[in-house]
Amino acid sequence: MLTKSTHDIAASFSRRGVIAATAGLMLGLASLTGAKAADDTIKVGVLHSLSGTMAISETTLKDTILFLIDEQNKKGGVNGKKLEAVVVDPASNWPLFAEKARELITKDKVSVVFGCWTSVSRKSVLPVFKELNSILFYPVQYEGEESERNVFYTGAAPNQQAIPAVDYLMKDEKVKRWVLAGTDYVYPRTTNKILEAYLKSKGVAQEDIMINYTPFGHSDWQTIVADIKKFGSAGKKTAVVSTINGDANVPFYKELGNQGIKAKDIPVVAFSVGEEELAGIDTKPLLGHLAAWNYFQSIKSPENEKFIKAWQTYTKNPKRVTNDPMEAHVIGFDMWVKAVEKVKSTDPDKVIDALPGIEAKNLTGGTSKMLPNHHITKPVFIGEIKANGQFDVVWKTPGLVAGDAWSKELDGSKDLVGDWVGKKCGNFNTKTNKCLGSGS
Amino acid sequence: MPANLSARLCSFALSLFLIAFALPAFAGPFEDAVAKFANDDYSDTEEAIGVVASSGNTLAFPIISALQDGRLMADLDSKKVYVTGADGKSIDAATGQPVARVPDSASAVRLNNRLRRSVDAAVGSLTLMSPDLGMRLQAAQSVFKSHEEAALEAVEGALAKETNRAVKATLGDARAAILLYKSDATEVQKLEAVATIKARGDQEALALLTGIGSDQPASVTKAAASAIGSIQSSLAVWSMVQNAWYGLSLGSVLLLAAIGLAITFGVMGVINMAHGEMVMIGAYTTFVVQEVIRTRYPVLFDYSLLIAVPLAFLVAGALGVVIERSIIRFLYGRPLETLLATWGLSLVLQQAVRTMFGPTNREVGNPSWMSGAFELGQITITYNRLWILCFTLAVFAILLAMLRYTALGLEMRAVTQNRRMAASMGIATSRVDALTFGLGSGIAGIAGVALSQIDNVSPNLGQSYIIDSFMVVVFGGVGNLWGTLVGAFTLGIANKFLEPVAGAVLGKIAILVLIILFIQKRPRGLFALKGRAVEA
Repeated sequence: MLTKSTHDIAASFSRRGVIAATAGLMLGLASLTGAKAADDTIKVGVLHSLSGTMAISETTLKDTILFLIDEQNKKGGVNGKKLEAVVVDPASNWPLFAEKARELITKDKVSVVFGCWTSVSRKSVLPVFKELNSILFYPVQYEGEESERNVFYTGAAPNQQAIPAVDYLMKDEKVKRWVLAGTDYVYPRTTNKILEAYLKSKGVAQEDIMINYTPFGHSDWQTIVADIKKFGSAGKKTAVVSTINGDANVPFYKELGNQGIKAKDIPVVAFSVGEEELAGIDTKPLLGHLAAWNYFQSIKSPENEKFIKAWQTYTKNPKRVTNDPMEAHVIGFDMWVKAVEKVKSTDPDKVIDALPGIEAKNLTGGTSKMLPNHHITKPVFIGEIKANGQFDVVWKTPGLVAGDAWSKELDGSKDLVGDWVGKKCGNFNTKTNKCLGSGS
Repeated sequence: MPANLSARLCSFALSLFLIAFALPAFAGPFEDAVAKFANDDYSDTEEAIGVVASSGNTLAFPIISALQDGRLMADLDSKKVYVTGADGKSIDAATGQPVARVPDSASAVRLNNRLRRSVDAAVGSLTLMSPDLGMRLQAAQSVFKSHEEAALEAVEGALAKETNRAVKATLGDARAAILLYKSDATEVQKLEAVATIKARGDQEALALLTGIGSDQPASVTKAAASAIGSIQSSLAVWSMVQNAWYGLSLGSVLLLAAIGLAITFGVMGVINMAHGEMVMIGAYTTFVVQEVIRTRYPVLFDYSLLIAVPLAFLVAGALGVVIERSIIRFLYGRPLETLLATWGLSLVLQQAVRTMFGPTNREVGNPSWMSGAFELGQITITYNRLWILCFTLAVFAILLAMLRYTALGLEMRAVTQNRRMAASMGIATSRVDALTFGLGSGIAGIAGVALSQIDNVSPNLGQSYIIDSFMVVVFGGVGNLWGTLVGAFTLGIANKFLEPVAGAVLGKIAILVLIILFIQKRPRGLFALKGRAVEA
């Protein structure tokens, strides 16, 4: 069983040294590429970076899918067939994502792919999934402005994360001045564009919005933190909305802590910082800074407790944390299984048509539903960082929020809707009643 | 708050239990308020804080300060609230009666940022008369920050009795801040307040003055506007100083990362793409040292970095020697192959660390002497940056002395300047090569210890420094340690002066373009080696 052997190799990595690891790696690669298409299994592709800069976030998602497949097989698989994982490593290299996706679909003949983290990797594989007509489940919060027939977005759209977070700060913290700080790439730029338009529609003046971009992996935050401090001393309550991604967060929060910016004075609400990212920082100085997600490990629900326990048993690590994109994979996987069982086939066209309307339990006690625009309904939570690296939920939306593929705040997209059920179109203009063609 | 209560608070610590026992146990507004802590509702908690803080009850301070530290436990079912002390003893918050143990169903009362501000303000007004100087200063500062009208009486009472100059000044600022925002304060009072706050001259003063709004008497608005102008111009000067300091600090990080490369690339001429990974290995050594200390000898935590420095040097240095003996010595004089081999090696090392320690960041803590910051005039200097600057200069000085005054240093210089001549003088050149490469790697390892304090400890740590390191060495002049020093600080300062103007992304691009232009003009860098030392 491939799942099992990959897992064993992974376990041996940590036990033995470099030599064993290298040997194991080669063995693993050989066994992966040599996997034969067997008719009695359904193949599931896993397209997450296991090396390079994004390995920090994506490795966990690979483990999550392996875990979910393992659990599903214990229940007898799907449609009487066992599931089989095909793991590839696109190595945080965007063009390689497209190559590996093609390999998964044409060579390994997978029925579905779970993968990608950054928006640029998703954009890179889109043409492949369209051309070869396969299915991708994308589990990460993103900037929206996209609705593709072959992609199912189980992470949050901006209206399921960014907008509620800003609403919370406006109402509860009475924030009047805003710093939008982000890493310089497509997700922060689009999100900030949406937020800027939204804030202005709420009567915030241009001079009360400061937008700042930094390169990937930025590590010297002295100037920017000092700027934020200065911006915050204009006599109005100030908050930072952070779309800073990945590795740059740790030095950013360290600098905030050292320069003595407390959450009480200038709170920072982050959209890319979860339990996993906090594992690398001493969180005591960060007490009270916020994050907006659709899931937190600390949320008390029977589903969540069961999941955490099973996950920690599976990974043999009682301290292993869970996070939001993992939950997105849990929901997405469940929805895919239900759709395949419903149509009794893994034919992509049938599964794609069956998915909208499918419901699956999320881990926070609600039921998420796949919408015609291929996004799902999710609850939104605002959590405060606690001293133990977990989040304390201080606010949540009363119900589930439906994901908007196209932002209502931007001029270019406010009339668009994605509807793959009725209109069979990813970007239908409701004003002109026309389909604009491609969905992104 | 009545002044006599504040006076009574001074002695609460001693008499707390006596008085608490003497209190009659009936359900008054205080008890009702305390019970509200057990509702797990933020607005109820806020209400409770207000009532408890102004109740005049001797339990007010213990309750509020316990709330601040997360020691206030509430049982949501029985609506009982307990204060647990640092010594493990607990009391019932409503009555002050000691309790044997807090039930397991009780959990700490939750706070959010809004409540934390109210708690701070309440603690501030409750501790203004504390016998402890530090506590009084903190109290005065938190009252200044919250400047709530309700605290005015307490501040004035405290001001009359205060003898310490620093506390008195802060109390004066706090009083001015309250008066400035008090709607029924007289014009004279407000003008005085503006003057007091102007004298403070910092960003908080600026925030207070800009936030007063337009419904003030004309004279106050005018005075505030002129105060804002003068504070802003003095802050502008300070921001130049601040940029210079940030530049020095960034320069020291660049220097620290590049200094090992200045040996392996600068002195030996090996294009070592795995240099960043030596830095990373130093950082992971720090992590391992801290893990051992955390689990076995927690008292040594503040010394963890001092212990990690020699270990990181040895680990990275030994690895450097192994790399030189097994790979690099076969590639001398073939720069392209060296580049590819070391680049491949860097990927191998990264993946090896990733499989051994996992792909996620590892937590390396700051020892207490490296946390926090102090104010120098109007700029904030963080301790970790200051220590890194000192550390870098020390490493640089030691390295320089080593090359200049030790036998090994002499041999290194001899071998790199003229290998054949050195060999014929009896120097074992291959041994010196290995030791030089080991030294460069070891110093990179030491850099890793320092960088673990400001950056991620992840397998990618080295990658982010390799380009910058090469830039510094090439810019400063290959083969010249002083060039590396000047190059690093020049780049650091230039970067920090460009960043506020052009932004972080454009600033970085601008620096790269400037360096390319500079190298066109002076291909050998700032301090080019001259004469016979230059190899053909």
